[in-house]
Amino acid sequence: MATRVDVTPAAAEMMRRLREQHGPLMFHQSGGCCDGSSPMCYPEGEFRTGGSDVLLESLAIDGVPEPITFWMSAAQFELWRHTHLTVDVVPGRGAGFSLEAPEGVRFLIRSRLLTEEELAELAN
Amino acid sequence: MTTYTPPGSDGAIVNYQSRYDHYIGGEFVAPAKGQYFENPSPVTGRAFTEIARGTADDVEKALDAAHGAADGWGRTSPAERANILNRIADRMEQHLEKLAVAEAWENGKPVRETLAADIPLAIDHFRYFAGAIRAQEGTAGELDEDTVAYHFHEPLGVVAQIIPWNFPILMATWKLAPALAAGNAVVLKPAEQTPASIHYLFSLIGDLLPAGVVNIVNGFGVEAGKPLASSNRVAKVAFTGETTTGRLIMQYASENLIPVTLELGGKSPNIFFDDVSRADDDFYDKALEGFSMFALNQGEVCTCPSRALIQQSHYQDFLAAGVKRVENLRQGNPLDTDTQVGAQASNDQLEKILSYLDIGRQEGARALTGGARAELGGDLSGGYYVQPTIFEGRNGMRIFQEEIFGPVVSVTPFADFDDAIKIANHTLYGLGAGVWTRDINTAYRAGRAIKAGRVWTNCYHLYPAHAAFGGYKQSGIGRENHRMMLDHYQQTKNLLVSYSPKAMGLF
Repeated sequence: MATRVDVTPAAAEMMRRLREQHGPLMFHQSGGCCDGSSPMCYPEGEFRTGGSDVLLESLAIDGVPEPITFWMSAAQFELWRHTHLTVDVVPGRGAGFSLEAPEGVRFLIRSRLLTEEELAELAN
Repeated sequence: MTTYTPPGSDGAIVNYQSRYDHYIGGEFVAPAKGQYFENPSPVTGRAFTEIARGTADDVEKALDAAHGAADGWGRTSPAERANILNRIADRMEQHLEKLAVAEAWENGKPVRETLAADIPLAIDHFRYFAGAIRAQEGTAGELDEDTVAYHFHEPLGVVAQIIPWNFPILMATWKLAPALAAGNAVVLKPAEQTPASIHYLFSLIGDLLPAGVVNIVNGFGVEAGKPLASSNRVAKVAFTGETTTGRLIMQYASENLIPVTLELGGKSPNIFFDDVSRADDDFYDKALEGFSMFALNQGEVCTCPSRALIQQSHYQDFLAAGVKRVENLRQGNPLDTDTQVGAQASNDQLEKILSYLDIGRQEGARALTGGARAELGGDLSGGYYVQPTIFEGRNGMRIFQEEIFGPVVSVTPFADFDDAIKIANHTLYGLGAGVWTRDINTAYRAGRAIKAGRVWTNCYHLYPAHAAFGGYKQSGIGRENHRMMLDHYQQTKNLLVSYSPKAMGLF
């Protein structure tokens, strides 16, 4: 089944760790300067999404009892919708109020183009 | 040519302490939880100091100090505050070279830039707001013969400021100078990527301000930034960063019904009309420099001219000359005054840029130069270096729509004026733009048609105080760098006064 967002094993491991410390989680994909383009990880509900946001995926992570939602602003999604996103994690100093920063790592998006088949499937 | 000795080595003109605590109430205060984090220099990737890892308790302590100082500071005369800002500027000027080296070591940017731009601009910024507050006046409206509306400016009280890592000292100054001029006390949180240079600055200027007027709490966003931004003890939050955190800060501010100013970045178009190539003269040379400016500060500038739009009729020749210009840029040790392109500020920033080089190629963009990490060898081998990169592609590609914050420009042609404006405005952001033409009418019409807060016309990347800086669309709210920023740090007090002894006659 086609997806818009996947996670690397290392990112999944970090999500499990953060879930233990902070409870249910969510992501909101940022844009703009400095740490823009980074996926921000918050306790679920910390960031209020609304009509201007799109839920790209509810990520099922082994060992995490509930799905982790992945959001993006609708305007940004219009510019990203032809690409598939993979949440990875790299050593780093964090950004914004994202939960993983104190762990000495940063979530990072890796992208690839969605195939025609995937786009057709996701359109349905 | 000069190559400065790295701070911490024998012969260095400036050294960092091995550890920095918070700066609260005019003193260094250890973090409540006793924790510190390492701070690496992007030049080498190696840690050079450790920094207090602040939490909510530290933020509260800083807010206590700020509230203790705010009333007294707010009652000082504009002349007194202006004098202090001028003294800060003088002190910085006396230590300009040291500050410049400290900033280059902290951020990875070339000392050439900190000597010529970051620190001189910060110095001038304090002087500008010293002058602005002296010149500011309230108003008196004569409503009728016996009734007068007086308008006074009053400080907000205690304000929160969250500083980005791309110009640690200059961006702190952009926020501190108007806030202090207006009579506010500040709790400031530097970026966790660049937490140290602001402490070095305050080791030089801290004694010039009354204790508690400026308090610095370090730490991670989620642990220190969030308690500050969501505190019901601040009257305003100023933030420079990205859109998701900007929205979150507005959400917190909505809970406390306080104002925010936000600077959230852009994807600035730099437009080159074909008359630029009419002559091979000084102006043509200047335009090529303007094209290459995407690599200034390694592209870590909110207004990086990261989309170059070149008119079709001179596209090939101008672009070829631009590629040549960029290939001649000197990348290397940031502490060498000949170095034009230094290191990215952090490892995660480096990784993000590389991920954009990857999706750029996947989408079919062609790298005309650069396109990879730069391996500089020796002591610099652990540093975070990216080759200045020119991509050729289409405006719908993600490398044309997202702020890479690296030394990467995405180039595309345009047919005519309307096409240029259409492409320029096809972006979520509206912070900066550049227009290059020898025709003043084209320049004016383009400048007015682009939906961005700052349109550099036949120049780029100038940041003088006295020129308003801020964004349209998703680039944020507010205008820094100009006396109008005082309004964002002041309340308006209206005294509505009747000088008539007579009753109104209604009751």
